[in-house]
Amino acid sequence: MGKANLEVFSQTLLALARKDRNVLVVTSDSRGSGKLLPFAEKLPDQMVEVGVAEQNLVGIAAGLASAGKIVYAVSPACFLTARALEQIKNDVCYSDRPVKLIGISAGVSYGALGSTHHATHDLAVLRAINNIDIIVPADNLETAQAIKAAAKMRHPVYIRLGKRPMYHLHEPGTKFEVGKAIAVRQGTDVAFVATGETVYHALLAAKELGKEGLTSRVISMHTIRPLDTQAILRAASDCRAIVTVEEHSISGGLGEACAAVLMESGIRVSFKIVGFPDEYMVSGSQMDIFKHYGISAQGLAKTAKMLLNP
Amino acid sequence: MTDNELRIKSVHYRKKLLKYIKKANAGHTGGSLSCVDILNVLYNRILDVTPQRFTDPARDRYVHSKGHSVEALYVVLADKGFFPESDLGTLCGYGSHYVGHPTRKVNGIEQNTGALGHGLAFSVGVALAAKKDKASYKVCTLLGDGELAEGSNWESMMAAAHYSLDNLAAIIDRNNLQITGRTEDVCEIEPLGAKLTAFGWSVRIVDGHDITALTDVLRAAPFEAGKPSMIIAKTIKGKGVSFIENDHRWHHKVPSDEQYEQAQQELNDLLDEMKL
Repeated sequence: MGKANLEVFSQTLLALARKDRNVLVVTSDSRGSGKLLPFAEKLPDQMVEVGVAEQNLVGIAAGLASAGKIVYAVSPACFLTARALEQIKNDVCYSDRPVKLIGISAGVSYGALGSTHHATHDLAVLRAINNIDIIVPADNLETAQAIKAAAKMRHPVYIRLGKRPMYHLHEPGTKFEVGKAIAVRQGTDVAFVATGETVYHALLAAKELGKEGLTSRVISMHTIRPLDTQAILRAASDCRAIVTVEEHSISGGLGEACAAVLMESGIRVSFKIVGFPDEYMVSGSQMDIFKHYGISAQGLAKTAKMLLNP
Repeated sequence: MTDNELRIKSVHYRKKLLKYIKKANAGHTGGSLSCVDILNVLYNRILDVTPQRFTDPARDRYVHSKGHSVEALYVVLADKGFFPESDLGTLCGYGSHYVGHPTRKVNGIEQNTGALGHGLAFSVGVALAAKKDKASYKVCTLLGDGELAEGSNWESMMAAAHYSLDNLAAIIDRNNLQITGRTEDVCEIEPLGAKLTAFGWSVRIVDGHDITALTDVLRAAPFEAGKPSMIIAKTIKGKGVSFIENDHRWHHKVPSDEQYEQAQQELNDLLDEMKL
């Protein structure tokens, strides 16, 4: 078991900021939930606190970036990508300011706090906005690499992080490249194209299916944009079914992005999008919610078998 | 340039912005005429920025938060040599960079604006960066009075005061009108000065069409060490053309052929008077 991706984000950012005083973190009363208390203590001059004001957070971050600062704007994903959406669209994306937007405690990380605190729309809204990369790391390695890669990006990026400790999915030294999916497991019966904290559950489902002699490919689609279309098309050619998995609404996220790639390619394959349906969200912890909507070893294995044996 | 030369320049700016709005058959007539004198003083007397130095990190920054008056800014930037004035013949045309609100595709424009309540937060970020870098450049932004209903402005005002950004000056184009009617009828913003003072800004009120007074107040910023400066510039929406002045219906109305001729005639008459 590794750390929470948020912890890795904070440590990686502190290391970057120690080497370059132009690296700034901007927070909206979110340093605690962002695991940034050590950063605040060690590099107080490189932290900008704006209070509970997400619109201001993003606007100020854009201004700082315009003056040459390497800016990480950190706020719970639910507020960052809804309350400050117009600032993201105009001040960052349309104005092409290379702000690194860090959506923390994303998806349903806040579980029982309810839908005010869930971000199940962020991938959809950001996919519809021009000029922003979208990264959803699955484990500690992907998180550290994404945070480092973001520092060098000259255009906007959104990185979506959860708060639960993550299992290591990759060997140390595994190559991480923005826009290039990583196959965590190879197989030819079903391909799970998953993102973020759901990748681990897809891997567990693959192991379940293995007990029944079915082989599964598990792909960590850590970059939602630019999407690795080749990885999707290869999976469609090699496997009999594809299940996409995301901690997000089934509308407008990874699943629909994959569906569009497949439809336009002309390749036909059994296909199912797993995520949150259009309904009032069930209450409970993140794991309760995952299980309820079939984002679990059993749930995903069942979905795969339904596709393979209709 | 003397005050009188700048006054004459303002009339020419007004004539030109009307010309290009008429040609495009689109544009924000009232608000552009309203802020001409402010932009005139900023670009001809206050801001240390030139086309040659526009990428210099030490340049002064101007952010046009009330983006719905970009036609005035275009005319002033063209006059300062940021691009050929003839480019404005493409205003709002197919494929033109000169769209109806400011974008960085146009040389001389710092930030894309037009959605209201964005320019001040951006300016706070720039001013904060200057403080961190111990740089001496100024940051100025122009807000509309109707724009102040956007709550984000007040978030930014709190942050600017919290970080003691005395390198930041915001100007409010207080023409009392917005697209629907009088600001005080739409959603009252007075007592404005008291509100701004309560938010930690140092506030001055000026006649926004008085070149001398605008120069004095902008040169006096920061008014207090450790505080951001706010200038309430009392203006007339549609300033300079009798039938456009103080009429909210001219927010983005384009003059008819007859109205256009009359407007240019009024401004020509004004020039004749000024030259006497």
